Amino acid sequence: MVSSPAADASAANNSAEGSSTAGAALPMVRFEKVTKRYGSLTVLDSLDLDVEANEIVSIIGPSGSGKTTVLRMLMTLEEIDEGVIWVDGEPLTHMRRNGGDLVRANRAHLRRARANIGMVFQHFNLFPHMTALGNCIEAPIQVLGMPKAEAVARAEDLLEMVGLADKMHQHPSRLSGGQQQRVAIARALAMRPKVMLFDEVTSALDPEVIGEVLNVIRKLAEEESLTMLMVTHQMGFAKEISDRVCFFYGGQIAEQGPPDKLFSNPENPRTQQFLSAVLEAG
Amino acid sequence: MIEWRWEFTWEILPRLLEGTLYTLLAAGIGYLIALVVGLVFALLQRTPSRVLSRVVREIVEFIRSTPLVLQIFFVFYVGPQFGVSLSPWTSGMIAIGLHYAAYLSEVYRAALDGVPKGQWEACTALNLSPRQTYRDIVLPQALPIALPGMGNYLVGIFKDTPMLSVIGVAELMHTATAIGSNSYRYLEPYTIVGLIFLLISLPTAFGLRRLEAWVRLRLGMTRQG
Repeated sequence: MVSSPAADASAANNSAEGSSTAGAALPMVRFEKVTKRYGSLTVLDSLDLDVEANEIVSIIGPSGSGKTTVLRMLMTLEEIDEGVIWVDGEPLTHMRRNGGDLVRANRAHLRRARANIGMVFQHFNLFPHMTALGNCIEAPIQVLGMPKAEAVARAEDLLEMVGLADKMHQHPSRLSGGQQQRVAIARALAMRPKVMLFDEVTSALDPEVIGEVLNVIRKLAEEESLTMLMVTHQMGFAKEISDRVCFFYGGQIAEQGPPDKLFSNPENPRTQQFLSAVLEAG
Repeated sequence: MIEWRWEFTWEILPRLLEGTLYTLLAAGIGYLIALVVGLVFALLQRTPSRVLSRVVREIVEFIRSTPLVLQIFFVFYVGPQFGVSLSPWTSGMIAIGLHYAAYLSEVYRAALDGVPKGQWEACTALNLSPRQTYRDIVLPQALPIALPGMGNYLVGIFKDTPMLSVIGVAELMHTATAIGSNSYRYLEPYTIVGLIFLLISLPTAFGLRRLEAWVRLRLGMTRQG
């Protein structure tokens, strides 16, 4: 069920991190038999998923298949009911009691563990009372304790990178949806995450500005060493950018593989059905 | 037919103005207590502890469901029977402060609920602490939502300070009544009291509306697209 771990990527990652885990070559993200229920509804059913360092994984599937829940659990916005999530060799949802057994993570552990993860939301969620620059320096100053001048310089670089150097001092209400989403990407990057989560980041955008946001993500994929997980409805983009595509159905991965394979030659009838419906719609 | 006496009016005006100062002081202190305790009430109702939030919720409901004048009497007259003897001023400030704290906590609660869920999630994603989240993100956005309600209760507490006269707090109303019972003339003192309240309430309400507009502008909240 789990894709073969790319041992070399993990090894490289481990050595870079000074090998904090005892020998075990763990991927950047690991879902281990993770189950999530809302009342009687099982959203994710004993999910296993590994994502290697620097891997770009797209998650596709019909609504209600649990794809957004995967990202929200990884960002610790939702608690899991069973299983363990690992990030960069350390348990995220759990912590070790006296270096041994895993117990549920407390808040302090969650704060430490999620520092590696950044997220971009469907509805941007920019802070409306701050300028684009203010949005990008708030957390680096408050959370990372970065000096203001350094945070500003870095935010300026990031806003330049997403093509918004001239909009730096505007409030979000003055920006278009596409511009707001690019600020949101810069804001997340300012925290230097190892893993970036993109949750349907173009779904709330007007068609004519989707391209500018995808261009930024494309640039990230090419230039930065980032692990990316993307829930998306943009099949063309997923095909172009991903190392692997996971098709979710009924709270499980029904099929996964390289984009060429999955899009042109899907094996699971559910995948075939979904893809033909989506591609027909256009 | 009773007639208005200007001479008497000028004679009592200084005492009434002095009483006005105490009224403003009472409203100010009471409002400060209400602002702070109300915020504590509102935040305690959002703690993860179910028991604590439930208890605070019940306290707030209890205070809102009983008359202010009863609460003032209770603190002042019933307190001593349990060994808590407080001066009229202290009793009055506690009673009126807590009373309005209950109302303000509801204003805060609605304002905090008015901050979109996505804002909290963005704070989690950026790893801001709960303290940083409230201080830098949530409260600044809740403030414009809360301001109209907060302003109403500022005028409200000001207009309710005469109730403190029932336990002998020497504010404006108490002064006017004292003048009346000494001189047997009530027309002038009570009319002036009414005018003074009007002269303070109206500009305050106007100023508060200006303040609301200014805060919205200041926080760049000219509606998000």
